[in-house]
Amino acid sequence: MTFALETQDLTIRFGGHVAVNAVSCGFAPGTLTAIVGPNGAGKTTYFNLISGQLKASAGRVLLQGADISACSAPQRSHRGIGRAFQLTNLFPNLSVLENIRLAVQSRAGLGLNLWSVWSSHRELIARAEEVLEAVALTAKRDLAAAALPHGDQRKLEVGILMALEPDVFMFDEPTAGMSVDEVPVILDLIRALKARRDKTILLVEHKMDVVRELADRIIVLHNGALVAEGEPAEVIASPIVQEAYLGIEVAK
Amino acid sequence: MIFNRLFSGDLPRSRVLLMVLVAILAGLLLTPFVFPGAKALNVAAKICIFIVLVASFDLLLGYTGIVSFAHTMFFGIGAYGVAIALTRLGPTWTAVAVGVGAAVLLSLVLSMVIGLFSLRVKAMFYAMITLAVATAFQTLASQLSEFTGGEDGLTFKVPELLSPAFSLSEQPFLGVSLDGRLIAFYLLLAITVALFLILLRIVNSPFGRVLQAIRENAFRAEALGYQTVVYRTWSNVLSAVFATLAGALLALWLRYNGPDTSLSFEIMIDILLMVVIGGMGTLYGSVIGATLFIIVQNYLQDLMRFASEGVSKVPFLRDLLHPDRWLLWLGILFVLSVYRFPTGIVGKLRSKARGYS
Repeated sequence: MTFALETQDLTIRFGGHVAVNAVSCGFAPGTLTAIVGPNGAGKTTYFNLISGQLKASAGRVLLQGADISACSAPQRSHRGIGRAFQLTNLFPNLSVLENIRLAVQSRAGLGLNLWSVWSSHRELIARAEEVLEAVALTAKRDLAAAALPHGDQRKLEVGILMALEPDVFMFDEPTAGMSVDEVPVILDLIRALKARRDKTILLVEHKMDVVRELADRIIVLHNGALVAEGEPAEVIASPIVQEAYLGIEVAK
Repeated sequence: MIFNRLFSGDLPRSRVLLMVLVAILAGLLLTPFVFPGAKALNVAAKICIFIVLVASFDLLLGYTGIVSFAHTMFFGIGAYGVAIALTRLGPTWTAVAVGVGAAVLLSLVLSMVIGLFSLRVKAMFYAMITLAVATAFQTLASQLSEFTGGEDGLTFKVPELLSPAFSLSEQPFLGVSLDGRLIAFYLLLAITVALFLILLRIVNSPFGRVLQAIRENAFRAEALGYQTVVYRTWSNVLSAVFATLAGALLALWLRYNGPDTSLSFEIMIDILLMVVIGGMGTLYGSVIGATLFIIVQNYLQDLMRFASEGVSKVPFLRDLLHPDRWLLWLGILFVLSVYRFPTGIVGKLRSKARGYS
């Protein structure tokens, strides 16, 4: 079986510090893999290496078996890797709808069209409105993204990823900093996405109950290295996770 | 409906702004009949040319967020293209076409090369690179005096239809003689309106929307799949081509071109001020900014002479209002306007129309 996504000995060094250390891991199509580990374990850096924001010092990234290590972030996006960021990363002075519409437009490949009026592409706007509905932001469509409260900005961040409709969804702590009643909107979206079984999902998440419920598989990163992987129940029970990750969580 | 299409769905969205724009257009249309004299017509023509020039710079600065100091270089290329072609080939329309064509081609290549080589670097370094290239070009233009006429520039004849000697009819119409200058002015105005509407279409296209996304957050635009270097380069190229066309219009109107009229760094500063005063990233701001700036630049001295004579008995005030001090007052006016309208006049009017103060 070809993995939907695979990393082989993926490594990045910043000066003398090895932030991600020879991580080899395959992600089977249609599965949800949770990536856990303490703060500073290299989870976000690992994500950046996969989606192309950082270039690896060594190792390879394979998408459907094809080496994409040399591709830029936009190229990887076009090939089907979509990314939502941990630190909210929006177009602050553009409207909520426009933030989403830009993702829809990128997917439609219309970016270099400079002779039509943007609003004449009604199908793009309609699709963006669908996504807005899904992330419960319809009422705020005309507000500037910067004017949204934090929880709504997180929803918008996820909405942008949804609008891209990639093959590989990468969520980096999608519910971080959200209030309790906002979390279900995002989790329901991820649940529905997983239920379709045609998309591969990578999820960085700290909340163990969420991970336990959603993940088909867990991988554990610690000091940049992959230290454990397997079924959720067995990984969570393993001593290395108890010590390296949950120990810290409990101590909080 | 028709207006919505003509303005690419980007209407002024403020009644005051709409009225000001209509007033400016009416003023330009009626200048030959209402404001007599060569000076008024020259000011109106300059306003038209600068609307195109400033709007093309706004595409770069206001919409894409690129700071470039090479905009006058492209303006100069357009002006020199027409000037050199008309000097060498004589006053024919073919010469105009050759001059404009060659200038646009040169600008296209130059802006693409500068863009591809340097738009990957940080904004600050890009600004420095453009400054260096523009300065080198300015030196080159004055050194190649064989072609460019050096510091003296080139004076040339334009096609007969546009020359003052041409006359449409013996009879003056409403007291205005229908000569080639009049034809040239209305042709200039029509081209200005057309170029402005084309630019308005570009900034409201899917492409224009990506430019704004890049201005807001280039990192995120990349993650969405937009190759920012490609978009920035195209923005650079388009902006350069429109500046070149504005330069060609300038040379045709003045029947002269030299380094000080189209290449000087002072013009670059003027363009920056006009964009900021009008309102960056609005395009309508270029109309307001250019009109206001050029009127003040041309008539503030007259106004001050008038005021200074009025207070000729008051010692200090008389000196303060002396026409030679006009640059001081111009400076104060601009500091005040930037301070009062940080988002430019158009930004202010639009936010007022939306109900925020």
